[in-house]
Amino acid sequence: MTEALLVLALPLAGALILGLWGHRPWAAEANSSVSLLTFLAALALTAHVVSMGPLTLLSELLFVDAFNVFLVTLTAFVGFTTALFSRVYMRVEQERGKLSPARLRLFHGMYQLFLFTMLLALIANNIGILWVAMEAATLATVLLVSLYRTPAGVEAAWKYFILCGVGIAQALFGTILLYLAAERVLGAGGTALLWTHLNEVKGELEPTVLGIAFVFLLVGYGTKVGLAPLHNWLPDAHAEGPTPISAVLSGLLLNVALYAVVRNKVLVDGALGTHAAGNLMMGFGLLSVIVAAFFLSRQKDIKRLFAYSSIEHMGIATFAFGMGGPVASFAGLLHMTAHSLTKSAIFFAVGHAAQKTGTQVIEDIRGLIHVSPAVGWGLMLGSIAILGIPPFGVFASEFLILTTAMRDHPWATPILLLGLGVAFAVIFSRVQAMVFGETTAQPLPHPPALFPVFIHLALVLLLGLYIPPYLAAWYRQAAAMIG
Amino acid sequence: MNAHTVTQLINLLAALMLLIAFAMLSQRRILRLIHLFAAQGAVLTLNTLLVAIALGQSHLYFSVALNLVLKVLLLPWILHRLIDRLNLRWDVETLFNVPTIMLVGIVLVIVSFNLALPISQLAGTITGGTLGIAMASVLISFLMMITRRKAVAQVIGFLAMENGLFFAATSATYGMPMVVELGIALDVLVGTFIFGIFFFQIRETFDSLDIHHLERLKERE
Repeated sequence: MTEALLVLALPLAGALILGLWGHRPWAAEANSSVSLLTFLAALALTAHVVSMGPLTLLSELLFVDAFNVFLVTLTAFVGFTTALFSRVYMRVEQERGKLSPARLRLFHGMYQLFLFTMLLALIANNIGILWVAMEAATLATVLLVSLYRTPAGVEAAWKYFILCGVGIAQALFGTILLYLAAERVLGAGGTALLWTHLNEVKGELEPTVLGIAFVFLLVGYGTKVGLAPLHNWLPDAHAEGPTPISAVLSGLLLNVALYAVVRNKVLVDGALGTHAAGNLMMGFGLLSVIVAAFFLSRQKDIKRLFAYSSIEHMGIATFAFGMGGPVASFAGLLHMTAHSLTKSAIFFAVGHAAQKTGTQVIEDIRGLIHVSPAVGWGLMLGSIAILGIPPFGVFASEFLILTTAMRDHPWATPILLLGLGVAFAVIFSRVQAMVFGETTAQPLPHPPALFPVFIHLALVLLLGLYIPPYLAAWYRQAAAMIG
Repeated sequence: MNAHTVTQLINLLAALMLLIAFAMLSQRRILRLIHLFAAQGAVLTLNTLLVAIALGQSHLYFSVALNLVLKVLLLPWILHRLIDRLNLRWDVETLFNVPTIMLVGIVLVIVSFNLALPISQLAGTITGGTLGIAMASVLISFLMMITRRKAVAQVIGFLAMENGLFFAATSATYGMPMVVELGIALDVLVGTFIFGIFFFQIRETFDSLDIHHLERLKERE
């Protein structure tokens, strides 16, 4: 009970303190500490839910079950490690004169606010509040994307704001339609938007309305997942914002948006009784994989390269949830976890690599391993993990998704394999050249924050080799709920 | 008032809503665009008030107040302040192909009516028939955002789209639950502030508020 409130209250309090107090030398440490406390509260919440089962609180406004509690833990964890990384990264940026104390204050305040909106979106029972939190997440991050005030940064932030704003407006329309259908069953007022109540009566909801609603919801939240053809904001926002923001956008925002899609899909599936929603998701997922594969090879900027890789992986996860069934949903959840951990680890390594060489252009980053073996290996191992090489966790989830696709939808397998193959060829060759070869890198004034990189990679390795029984049970529970 | 009169009045307001959406689509002056936006907010408030009176739904009075404060007074006031500070008060935008844009708008209206037909039959509210118009104003605002080159006009399009969504919520369901409505209002307000900050950032960086400066980030061959 208190844990769930703490999970929300801590980042909100952190945002207020860090945002209103003005920049202090200890702000970065305070940011990490608040994130650590949030993570501990999330762990306590997880322990509570695992032992006591799902819970609702605050007159059913909040709701924690097996599906969202694992995302809460993941979000709080990545939020914590990214805060650790940003402590060093932002200090280097400040000493190089790229950021003023006022901007750092904005960064810390908004960072905590972003974590708050993500956690609120996850544990909100009211799907209207879920929408409000998703929109607030855009608002919290948009000024961070333009933090450097470069022309490209301002442009990326504007694009992010407008595209995600328009996208999320579609999702609101979808939510209104869903409410229209729910109101007829549950009556007007409070309970008609509560997911727990909707889930109980999903079979009675009007199928026509829910079908149309899901199209709007998928397009709306799908914009934030980065699904093609509405993915345009994603590479720009990832490339132009500060690297900690790229890490949390890829590692958290995309996941939470996909969570919103899946939550709504459960209701729509129940009402329609057909596989239409799943088919739509499979279509968007495959399209994203194809589009990402096309654009990957053209990228000259290292952060854009990995941003397109995020589009590809979110496409794969969306495809998995679209297929549905216990195995595919299990694999989808595993893929979300593994991608989130790996991609943020990669962005940490990329951030330091870009600081060492003073550029994000792939061709100008060479021989990282000579100057800083740890950053070089971090980037290399991260890339190997994201490309789905065994024994990392991404391999396990992709293997499950591919075998399920082979069984249920054989026509889709070649497309997925082609996308994965192109990604492998492009990313591996680029990263290899960056890590080895003649060096252009310079040592940093502060030792790079490598603990987050390797702890993430170790976890992904663990997920690939051995999923602890309680974690597996938990995934299975969540997968059963998604259906 | 009997139910028939109320329905007639609601349909009238819905028609006004659509008319304003079309007027915004073709309006070149920023200042008049803001006036139109405020008028749209007023129509929206009146419509909500009418539904609230006709049905005695007490929670709707709350959203009437929220609409009046936010969309008729506060947001237009913020926009006025912004264009004063940015010296855009008399700005005139060149629009190309106004007839074509209007025709596309008409197509959008037809599409929305077709799409909304099965839903409004289900809605069964006295306002159900206006759902098509609500959907049309959302899509027309979307069209306006696509066709405009000035940042301020795009933002007004964005806010008009939110008006359309709110109109949809009142016509389909007599309004969303209070907590959601408050949350949406908060997001819109904060969003407008951030847009305001953005205008200054864009102008500082590009010396202009023309969006065509913001087209450099593209996929290079």
